[in-house]
Amino acid sequence: MRKLVPALLLLCAWAFAGNPRTLAIRNAKIVTVSGPVLGKGTVVVRNGLIEAVGADVPIPAGAWIIDGEGMTVYPGLIDAFSTVGIPSLAAPPTTAGRGGRNQTTPTQTPAPAPTPAAAPVTPAKGPEDRPATTSWVLAADEIDPSDRRIESVRSAGFTTTVTFPTRGIFGGQGSIVDLASEERAGEMVVVPAVGQYLAVSRGGGVFGGFGAGFPNSLMGYIAYIRQVYLDAEHYKLVKEAYARDPRGMERPPYDRALEGVLASKRILLPANRVVEMDRMLRFAAELQQPAVLYGMREAYRPEAAPLLKKFGSPVLVSLHWSEAPRDPDPEAYRTMRSLEDVDMGPAAPGLLQKAGVPFALYSDGLEKPRDLQRAVKKAVDAGLSRPDAIRALTLSPAEIYGVADRLGSIDVGKIANLVVTKGDLFDDHTQIEMIFVDGKQYKPAPEPPAGEGHGTDEQPGANQ
Amino acid sequence: MRQVWILALAALAPLYAQPIVIQNATIMTVTKGTLQGSVVIKDGKIADVGEKVMMPQHATIIDAGGQYVIPGIIDCHSHIAVDGSVNEGTVSVSSMVNIKDAINPEDIAIYRALAGGVTTANILHGSANPIGGQTIVLKMRWGKDAQGLIFEGALPGIKFALGENPKRPGNPPGGRFSTQTMPARYPATRMGVEDTIREALNEAKAYKAEWDEYGAKVARGEHAIPPRKDLKLEPLKEVLEGKRYVHAHCYREDEILMLLRVADDYGFKIRTLQHALEAYKVAREIGASGTGVSTFSDWWAYKIEAYDAIPFNAAVMQNNRIVISLNSDDDELIRHLNTEAAKAMKYGGVSETDALAMVTINPARQLGIDSRVGSIEVGKDADLAIYDKYPLSDYAKVQKVLIDGQVYFDRDSDIGGRPAKALEKQKLIDKEKKSQPKPSAGGRPVE
Repeated sequence: MRKLVPALLLLCAWAFAGNPRTLAIRNAKIVTVSGPVLGKGTVVVRNGLIEAVGADVPIPAGAWIIDGEGMTVYPGLIDAFSTVGIPSLAAPPTTAGRGGRNQTTPTQTPAPAPTPAAAPVTPAKGPEDRPATTSWVLAADEIDPSDRRIESVRSAGFTTTVTFPTRGIFGGQGSIVDLASEERAGEMVVVPAVGQYLAVSRGGGVFGGFGAGFPNSLMGYIAYIRQVYLDAEHYKLVKEAYARDPRGMERPPYDRALEGVLASKRILLPANRVVEMDRMLRFAAELQQPAVLYGMREAYRPEAAPLLKKFGSPVLVSLHWSEAPRDPDPEAYRTMRSLEDVDMGPAAPGLLQKAGVPFALYSDGLEKPRDLQRAVKKAVDAGLSRPDAIRALTLSPAEIYGVADRLGSIDVGKIANLVVTKGDLFDDHTQIEMIFVDGKQYKPAPEPPAGEGHGTDEQPGANQ
Repeated sequence: MRQVWILALAALAPLYAQPIVIQNATIMTVTKGTLQGSVVIKDGKIADVGEKVMMPQHATIIDAGGQYVIPGIIDCHSHIAVDGSVNEGTVSVSSMVNIKDAINPEDIAIYRALAGGVTTANILHGSANPIGGQTIVLKMRWGKDAQGLIFEGALPGIKFALGENPKRPGNPPGGRFSTQTMPARYPATRMGVEDTIREALNEAKAYKAEWDEYGAKVARGEHAIPPRKDLKLEPLKEVLEGKRYVHAHCYREDEILMLLRVADDYGFKIRTLQHALEAYKVAREIGASGTGVSTFSDWWAYKIEAYDAIPFNAAVMQNNRIVISLNSDDDELIRHLNTEAAKAMKYGGVSETDALAMVTINPARQLGIDSRVGSIEVGKDADLAIYDKYPLSDYAKVQKVLIDGQVYFDRDSDIGGRPAKALEKQKLIDKEKKSQPKPSAGGRPVE
């Protein structure tokens, strides 16, 4: 019998080589997020789920045991607004020409999100052409497990992204995706449809936005979206009437654009300035759609939190803080607002937390682990407590998308997405040791050479 | 910065709660003559005007000795306070878009207009389309949010445009042999402009009939599915029903007559002809149609259709009993519409009151808000501009501007507040410089 146990263990080790179905991390500090921090405890993972967690839980026989002495276990981070998994939506690499540009002027640079690939062949002549609408698309159907960004953001501690198809005005629905590698895309999807991505641009270019057609102004975008929702409502009405009694009634046509709109649980709307928050919150209320706002560059302003609270919409705060222009023209005029954006931007999460506005943080194109760490640190230095920072990247996004029953904290029965670190997450010298996605272990990719600075040169909330 | 604002608000708050009396001023009421005396403001409205007034208790006194009070200036044609483009130029009929959706209450042009005595402006869509977007009347309540700027109760409008601007996209640069790929947009001619407007109105008529039929069915108690709501045709239906004003950008006499005939054919009225630099040629016809004119004092020759203009245009309208206003159409010109009115006196010999009316009560009439604003009369909104000198002079400077009895611009506190604001800004600039990484390349440190 005594010989049998090691033999069985050996067998187990062989059967699950590199991929044990059961594992336990013991003697580690455990930040559950949903409850108190355990100074020393054990997490047991079986079949990709958290089986047990506590100061004193038995380790099942045959489990792969990881000694967590000196380590901290966190729930896997969730990037609440991302395009990771859809390689064609990666922000274009920007290496040149970032020096002189004033990054913080309110006039946004052209957004990277709507790519020319989506432009219709013939320019839209009006809203009836439904330009730039692919509302029926699900990110889940476009996930490509070979996207190189999966490894990159996972190395920063993200185990989950809420990935959106960001082409066009009604881009399609976002999906919650677990960043496992070498899986079939379908196995990575946690929830296929969590909300419709909407782009609202200021427009104004000579050749127009999407394929040089309608719309090409902020008010055009709004009118277009409004018309689509009116149409969807009418479509539903007619469809239901036809379903009740088709006899003698003209058959209503099938419209996938409106089907996609009707199938969306919530909408994601861009808002960086307070003026835009006010506008988008009112717009969502008019459309009677639950909304999540993204961007939030000016959420530090005293007007922002009360406004957001009044409407009760959760918000996604970009970690891509406004930065002072590098090597600026000394004669260049800086507005007071642009100076405040740089000075106060990272204070926004702390202020939202204090005001009780539900919010999550998102990477907004920052892909390198160090950049992400630095960006979160900035918010912590500006007043966001560490536990709140972690919550804003774990349980809060899970709650915003209604998946807190399976993601966002270390609780029994939830998906085993974990980050194991040496040191506190978001400290300058913290090392991420291991990442677990669906109970599978990943090692962080080696750090890129230092001194490369930030990954992208885009504006906060550049997806708008 | 924030402290400055709080101080400013704290200073303003009692002004709103308490009655205000503006004393010892020359009051140019526009509709009831000019007098020396006081204006009493209660609850945001003008409570009394006269040489002698009943002094309310606990009133805040504004001593305007040697100064002039006029009604807040109203600009019938402006494009300030709009986020993004003022043109949805991709379509010939862009009536589905609404300036109301794109109000930017933080546009500094609002404050600058305020500092020029303007209290209300008609914010129009651009002139890129024969039928443009929906318009909105705003009060210059600097500091309020978008909803707080809207002139509550003012009838909404829509922009029409004739002539060169709307037909330009039909004629892409380089003409037929152009290698540019810009797609041409119908129409390309003035004939096409008229056709586009008529087509759209025909559609609107059919749309209205559809809804009327539905309404009748519902009234009969029938169970009916409502027609599809069309955001392009909704405002045009309102035009046909007289529930929405048409403000039409135009220059030439022929196109003015064309539009008046079109409106006649479809049974509605054009509320104002905007610019209308050749209106003096067809003053009798415009007068007969009951249409207002909003023009420039002496701004012309910036394109072919704007050559045949005269500085007497406004005076000719006045003499033909047409409701005539002078507008800015410009972020800069909006800051001195008082001198634009003065030009009507200089060039056209109109009276002081008539000139002032062109930037106050006349635009108010054109926008259908004359029961609320445009003159200093008991019961009207306390929208007032106080000038240090005779306001129809180049040398006059705005001292204070009140909207709804609240001070929104005060020259002294603006100037007085500048050093503190500059300091605040310098602090942030210094802080930012300090946090910047030191330049690493080049040279040894100086010893």
